[in-house]
Amino acid sequence: MQHQSVLENWLRGIALALIVLFFMFPIFWILLMSLQTNETILRSPPSMVFSPTLSNYQAIFAGRLDSNAASLDIRFLGNLWNSIILSVGSVGVALLFGVPAAYAFARYKFRGSEDIAFTLLSFRFAPPLLVLLPLTSYFQTLGIADTYFGLIWVYQLICLPLILWIVRGYFEDIPADVEHAYRIAGHGWFATFRNIALPLARPGIAAAGLLAFIFAWNNFIFALVLASADKQPVTVGALAFVTASGIQYGQIAAAVVLSIAPTLALALYAQRYLVEGLSLGAVKG
Amino acid sequence: MSASILELQDVNKVYRPMRREPVHAVRDFSLTVNRGEIVALLGSSGCGKTSVLRMIAGFEEVSAGAIRLGGRDIHGLAPAKRGVAMAFEGYSLYPPLTLKENIAIALKSQGIGREQYEAKVRTIAQLLEIEDILGRYPSSVSAGQQQRVSLGRALIREAALHLLDEPMGQLEPQLRAVLRGRIKHFIKEQRLTAILVTHDQTEANALADRIAVMEEGRLQQFDTPEEIKARPANLFTGTFIGEPPMNTLNATARLEDNLLKFHLEEDVVLGYPEDAFATGLRDRLLELEQVTIGVRPHAVKLGEQGVSAKVYANQWLGDQSHVAMHFAGSNLISVSHEHVPVVTGATVDIAFPVAELHLFDSRNGTALSHGGDPVEVPPVT
Repeated sequence: MQHQSVLENWLRGIALALIVLFFMFPIFWILLMSLQTNETILRSPPSMVFSPTLSNYQAIFAGRLDSNAASLDIRFLGNLWNSIILSVGSVGVALLFGVPAAYAFARYKFRGSEDIAFTLLSFRFAPPLLVLLPLTSYFQTLGIADTYFGLIWVYQLICLPLILWIVRGYFEDIPADVEHAYRIAGHGWFATFRNIALPLARPGIAAAGLLAFIFAWNNFIFALVLASADKQPVTVGALAFVTASGIQYGQIAAAVVLSIAPTLALALYAQRYLVEGLSLGAVKG
Repeated sequence: MSASILELQDVNKVYRPMRREPVHAVRDFSLTVNRGEIVALLGSSGCGKTSVLRMIAGFEEVSAGAIRLGGRDIHGLAPAKRGVAMAFEGYSLYPPLTLKENIAIALKSQGIGREQYEAKVRTIAQLLEIEDILGRYPSSVSAGQQQRVSLGRALIREAALHLLDEPMGQLEPQLRAVLRGRIKHFIKEQRLTAILVTHDQTEANALADRIAVMEEGRLQQFDTPEEIKARPANLFTGTFIGEPPMNTLNATARLEDNLLKFHLEEDVVLGYPEDAFATGLRDRLLELEQVTIGVRPHAVKLGEQGVSAKVYANQWLGDQSHVAMHFAGSNLISVSHEHVPVVTGATVDIAFPVAELHLFDSRNGTALSHGGDPVEVPPVT
């Protein structure tokens, strides 16, 4: 056991507090803003003293944005729902295709396997806007522009390479002989994949799925170009708060709080997997 | 029912790594294993022995040739359909399961009764001395224990063939000696057929009925341990089997004064009565420009009238003396089971009895004679 002086413990605590303060401050500030009216937000100098109000949240849940000039319909809860559908859907699809593909790339070296895997990764290099322009016209021809199906398909550009490459590393970390031992005991390759490989790679799959979810949730550009108002996720929907009569900072802050809440909750829940999944190999010992 | 259960016929394995030269790991390998036999594949690392084993198991494709088990071709079948059990060199236990569940993983799918299941696991656990750790997980036990569990997982199965890849490499020496005997007894008692891959000749000698010596992807010799030791098919087998290795000396044979004389380096001559060698063999030796004489260390007789050598080290290992000498331009080792009182720097008389001479053709290493008896049919190398 390492002995530390009281002073060292104190300094360590202070340093940690500073780091947490630095990184958490924007979120904390947004939380404060969401409980204030536009007037108190914009006063100068800013102050931490105010009487909290839930009016911003009320406006969002009611779907009506009342500014001093006019009142405007907003569909923020619809946007939130869209975000959930798109993120969950695209991560689900990416897991469905990406995990078996990752297993294939990890276990079977076939002609061109590295090239295919790299091509899939290279989707992440391409500037999204460059891809989007031709894609938009294709999607319109195919009639899948502005559909959940089309958007989830495009979101695979974000999710699939991520899951494929992270999970592939996990499968590669599992010694092939662990699977061989199961196969020679009388099991086929699919049973081996399901009963041996999948459970061992589970932390990695969870971590990759969570990261893909966060990336999908935060995506802006695909949805901005390809989705109309009723399919827009929160990232695009937040633009509605920039109105002709001014920017509704309070409501934006409330919307931001609501939109980071699901990912934050998911990340906290899956924190164990995330740390385990991103730092340790699949098979220890 | 034929006695043979496994046949490998002209099996070849060529690895074709991407963007690199292909590697011909196993060449024209043929082997027949009889029912109830323990066969060891013995060779140094990279000789192709593990490739042979993995082709039998079905984890490597056979590039050319055929593998038959119990009369049916298995080289095209999935591993699950081959009816073989295997213990892996890297243990390969499944981490989320306890050691007991790991051992019994194959019994689950066979659907045997609870009592029989428990009895089988108990027998195997007793055999391998792992009863007290059965409830633990692979990551919490030592490498040697994991290896024993891995061995147990293979031995518990009723399979036509058991493949054991370096099954005792991680065990402590004392335990290894005990387990060798017990495992051999178990395999014989259960009438299992086993192929053992090892680089440890003690293990091969102790466990195997027959040993297949491999080098550079080729089968060098396949015979009983005694026969391989007494009549090595070539220079490789001769020097590879035996510890310390066989002494070798290059010589030219000449017939002088009714003696067959071997002229060594530094003008040293070994002379033998010409009739100690069969006529045909003698003519053959005289024809060859150079032969290689092999003498096992225990066959080098110290203190007998013959030629002289200079001692440069004398080690007493507790039960035997290793005397290292300079002789005819090379090094020579003599082993005797008594304490030899020679000192470093001394000159000693040594003799090589004709019955202990192994003669090889220097060009290709093929054995010509053992103890003066010619090798009837020189094996193709």
